[in-house]
Amino acid sequence: MAQRIDVKDLNIYYGDFLAVEGVSMTIDPKSVTAFIGPSGCGKSTFLRTLNRMHEVIPGARVDGSVELEGVDLYGDDVDPVAVRRTVGMVFQRPNPFPTMSIRDNVLAGVKLNNKRISKSDADELVESSLRGANLWNEVKDRLEKPGSGLSGGQQQRLCIARAIAVKPQVVLMDEPCSALDPISTLAIEDLIQELKKDYTIVIVTHNMQQAARVSDRTAFFNIAGTGKPGRLIEMNDTATIFSSPAEKATEDYVSGRFG
Amino acid sequence: MTTTDSPPDAKPGRLKPPARRRNSGDTERGFSRVFRWITTGSGAFLLLVLAAVAVFLIARGLPALTASPDELSGKGGLPTGMNSLWDLVGPLVFGTLLAATMALLLATPVAIGIALFISHYAPRRAASVIGYVIDLLAAIPSVVFGLWGGRTLAPIISDVWVWIAGVLDFLPFWTVNVTNTGRSLATASVVLAVMVLPIITAVSREVFLQTPTLHEEAALALGATRWEMIRTAVLPFGRSGVISAAMLGLGRALGETMAVLMILSPGILYSFQIFDSGQQQTIAAFIASRFAEASGLAVNVLIATGLALFVITMVVNMGARAIVARRKEFSGAN
Ligand SMILES: Nc1ncnc2c1ncn2[C@@H]1O[C@H](COP(=O)(O)OP(=O)(O)O)[C@@H](O)[C@H]1O
Ligand SMILES: [Mg+2]
Repeated sequence: MAQRIDVKDLNIYYGDFLAVEGVSMTIDPKSVTAFIGPSGCGKSTFLRTLNRMHEVIPGARVDGSVELEGVDLYGDDVDPVAVRRTVGMVFQRPNPFPTMSIRDNVLAGVKLNNKRISKSDADELVESSLRGANLWNEVKDRLEKPGSGLSGGQQQRLCIARAIAVKPQVVLMDEPCSALDPISTLAIEDLIQELKKDYTIVIVTHNMQQAARVSDRTAFFNIAGTGKPGRLIEMNDTATIFSSPAEKATEDYVSGRFG
Repeated sequence: MTTTDSPPDAKPGRLKPPARRRNSGDTERGFSRVFRWITTGSGAFLLLVLAAVAVFLIARGLPALTASPDELSGKGGLPTGMNSLWDLVGPLVFGTLLAATMALLLATPVAIGIALFISHYAPRRAASVIGYVIDLLAAIPSVVFGLWGGRTLAPIISDVWVWIAGVLDFLPFWTVNVTNTGRSLATASVVLAVMVLPIITAVSREVFLQTPTLHEEAALALGATRWEMIRTAVLPFGRSGVISAAMLGLGRALGETMAVLMILSPGILYSFQIFDSGQQQTIAAFIASRFAEASGLAVNVLIATGLALFVITMVVNMGARAIVARRKEFSGAN
């Protein structure tokens, strides 16, 4: 349940604005890949092209290719809806559906995908997904309560449970801890370590310690100046990026001597 | 703030009784303070007007409520053949609710559809054109709707009613009567539906547009199609707003006078024969049709029916609030 991603010569646009230019990279299955770089360099933009969420924004488009196990996600006969069922996503701000109970939140994606599911299957899936997101013990007595009543960290784990309930191959996370306190952040980081046994994880983070703690590979993005496109500067094993990066810009950034 | 001494920083020459400062912040000055008076004043004025209307309706309706049956029928307060006020008010309330409910049932789904189309499907240019047309619809006076409904729509739509009545012919215990003039409650309800469409559409559109992108994207990222996204994120978010919109429409449909007056061939019966003429009447249209030539107790009778309309409108609004409040826990306000 994890697949490899190959990106080739990807240019990403908002209308006429070239936001990210010429990205090529390989993301290994069952590993955690972190994207780091200064704000505005296109980390979120690039991440959202990996499950075709980028094109949800009016005027947004890409050229180049993103292959999942050799299948181009941007091929003519590929349905973006199907892509998003295979490549799940967790957002920067926790976004459980406020009108749904905790249980219904977990099942939201599943009910879209194969509509009918028996009560016992649903119960099982809710439990396994919430356990998978390390949330089960905290919410098992209040599954029918609204998800918006949980703490921020719990809500984010609920969103992770919701994402893994549809059994994706890849889970994308865009700064999943930036709205959370340190304890909740640690809980999510532990969870990421567990998730990588089953899924390919890609995480955007502005926190270099976090990248160093959770990821196996790290990609550093940078931007030459405002209005210029963001670029992938280098990508390597996380230990290498933080100890002996090949590029000067990477070294400046990871050592905090940036800008 | 707690002292009643003249504050040292108060500017001289300004009307500012020190005692008034107690419940306002020290920083409240000049326009801010005037503005508070204006808002408080308007709020109080609104309540006053409401109370005045209620007092008027009760005071002037009371003679009709307390009059004996003999007086009522004798002095021409009631239409001939009626013995108590309830014989009149009952069917009128029934007719009013029936017309307004049918209008709402017709208008709300269409309004939601248009609002969703404008907010989530249409290209920007088309959306603004449609929005503009809908707003224009709201600006048409109800007399014009009445003329159009009575002259143009009624003869045409009566064919549809005849057809529906034919289809319903299989019902064993009920014969569906239908008039060829089209001057029936069904036609009036269709026109009422058109009249309440703009307000329901406009409010629903605003609510749908306010759906947080966060929740729309959450649904899309789970692999929702556009319609599934609307069902999981937009509609639940907009639910209470749509109910409020529908209630605004219901309020307008309940009170609409001219269109009903000019379309409906009235009767004062408890009747579900919505395709027939001479069956039902609404309160507002009844009052308008009688008020000019009414005198004495008849006026009190009309005002009593007006009181009934007032009460219905209040109950409808409170019901709507209760519905909206019941799901507050899930509203996403936190
Ligand atoms: N919805 C959008 N429309 C237009 N431009 C956008 C949009 N979102 C982001 N951008 C632009 O794309 C560039 C990359 O932004 P983003 O991917 O959010 O950066 P990061 O996540 O690395 O902080 C920025 O210049 C930003 O202004
Ligand atoms: Mg970002």
